[in-house]
Amino acid sequence: MFELLGIPPQALFGQLLLGLINGSFYALLSLGLAVIFGLLNIINFSHGAQYMMGAFVAWMGLTWLGIPYWGALLIVPLVVGATGVAIERLMISRLYHLDHLYGLLLTFGLALIIQGLFRNQFGVSGLPYSIPPQLSGGTNLGFMFLPNYRGWVVIASLIVCFGTWFAIERTRLGAYLRAATENPTLVGAFGINVPRMITLTYGFGVALAAFAGVLAAPIYSVNPNMGADLIIVVFAVVVIGGMGSILGAILTGFGLGIVEGLTKVFYPEASSVAIFVIMAIVLLVKPAGLFGRTA
Amino acid sequence: MAEAARKTEFATAALAVRDLQAWYDESHILHGINFDVAPGEVVTLLGRNGAGKTTTLRAIMGLIAKRTGSVQFEGRELINLPARAIAKAGIAFCPEERGIFSSLSVDENLMLPPVIKPGGLSREDVLTMFPNLRERLTSQGTKLSGGEQQMLAIARILRTGAKFLLLDEPTEGLAPVIVQQIGRTLATLKQQGFTIVLVEQNFHFAASVADRHYVVEQGRVIDMIPNTEIQTNLGKLHAYLGV
Repeated sequence: MFELLGIPPQALFGQLLLGLINGSFYALLSLGLAVIFGLLNIINFSHGAQYMMGAFVAWMGLTWLGIPYWGALLIVPLVVGATGVAIERLMISRLYHLDHLYGLLLTFGLALIIQGLFRNQFGVSGLPYSIPPQLSGGTNLGFMFLPNYRGWVVIASLIVCFGTWFAIERTRLGAYLRAATENPTLVGAFGINVPRMITLTYGFGVALAAFAGVLAAPIYSVNPNMGADLIIVVFAVVVIGGMGSILGAILTGFGLGIVEGLTKVFYPEASSVAIFVIMAIVLLVKPAGLFGRTA
Repeated sequence: MAEAARKTEFATAALAVRDLQAWYDESHILHGINFDVAPGEVVTLLGRNGAGKTTTLRAIMGLIAKRTGSVQFEGRELINLPARAIAKAGIAFCPEERGIFSSLSVDENLMLPPVIKPGGLSREDVLTMFPNLRERLTSQGTKLSGGEQQMLAIARILRTGAKFLLLDEPTEGLAPVIVQQIGRTLATLKQQGFTIVLVEQNFHFAASVADRHYVVEQGRVIDMIPNTEIQTNLGKLHAYLGV
């Protein structure tokens, strides 16, 4: 067997896979943040809590209603997305005439409340959610052993990210969204209902977070803090990729997941700070982010 | 003729604006604009910089939050409607800054405004009218030249079925040959039954395309001059416009 700089290939590929999986979540979450920021100009601080809600609603569906994983994958984003629609209509929409900071503060407060409610109800020890039977076990790829569910996470994330990119960059509806991101007033003057579009966009961004939450339920323990731990890294990813850039969010998400994985192999001590070091460097060299457009 | 035009009746007008007032934040910009536009007419709003011409168009279109008075379009009151409802009533707006979207291709820009009623030009009609655009359909919208961007801004609102156009300074900053092309386009549109309100700084262009001219000063319409009487009113116009 070959070795790379004294690293056994199992360890290398194992960490690469772990990086890809983390990257799948970074990409899904930063994509949702980018879509929301693009149109609403609000940094959605409750994104992590909404990801956590996705995992919990999947758990509740399975435990209380017997809804299996595959059903949850479809239903949970709709349910949690609907709560997003309600939040936008009832609260966020009242802040558009104020500074963007108020939106950030509101969503930050909401995140604390949502997390508190779930902590109160379910404790912090975490709830189990089993891998769907179709995806249990693993596949021997020759150079490494790939747990089937983890492979599925990467594929599902790629499909949803690509689908979102396609819908925004290549369809009529996406053209409305891009146009409204640039100049909502003029788009409204063409007869398009921009406020409704903003509401649905927020709902969609939240649904993406919930989808990531369902994907995460079988691999990470379902607990109220799962989103808060992850979202800090995701914000760094968004800063590196550039706020509001769809493709940037996806590529940086996967890319940084892999970079983080490789750091664990070659210099484990730095693995937890690698992304933040990159963020600092990017902010110094290219403040708008790697894919960001400078205004 | 001129007297008849002057007496355009409220009921027969496509657009009747009465005592239109508008504010940007606290500053009072329009102090009571009154004018009528008959169906099929091309009418200009002339005046110096800052007179309130652009604000008048934006207030009609519902793009200024604080506005009072009356804007009747085809007999329907628009003053309290949001911009999207005014667009759906059949008024299309081409802003001074043209509003070409940089994140959209030329084709996407062209197809962006939704069709609000039947009877608009087809995509093919529009591309025949503006052949330059056909060759640039896949380009980024803002990569077009200024003249092409202006044509795109006009072209895209012709598809919607709206027959009433508000055009804000379509000739601003463009080369004379392009200005002529836009003039011919407006003449064609008039023949096809479009009604047009045009804000213009370019007095000669205005005189070449319009039926009547309203002179705006300090947020009020202070005079109306039919295009047929423009020669006899040149002295007065020069005084109004300071040209």
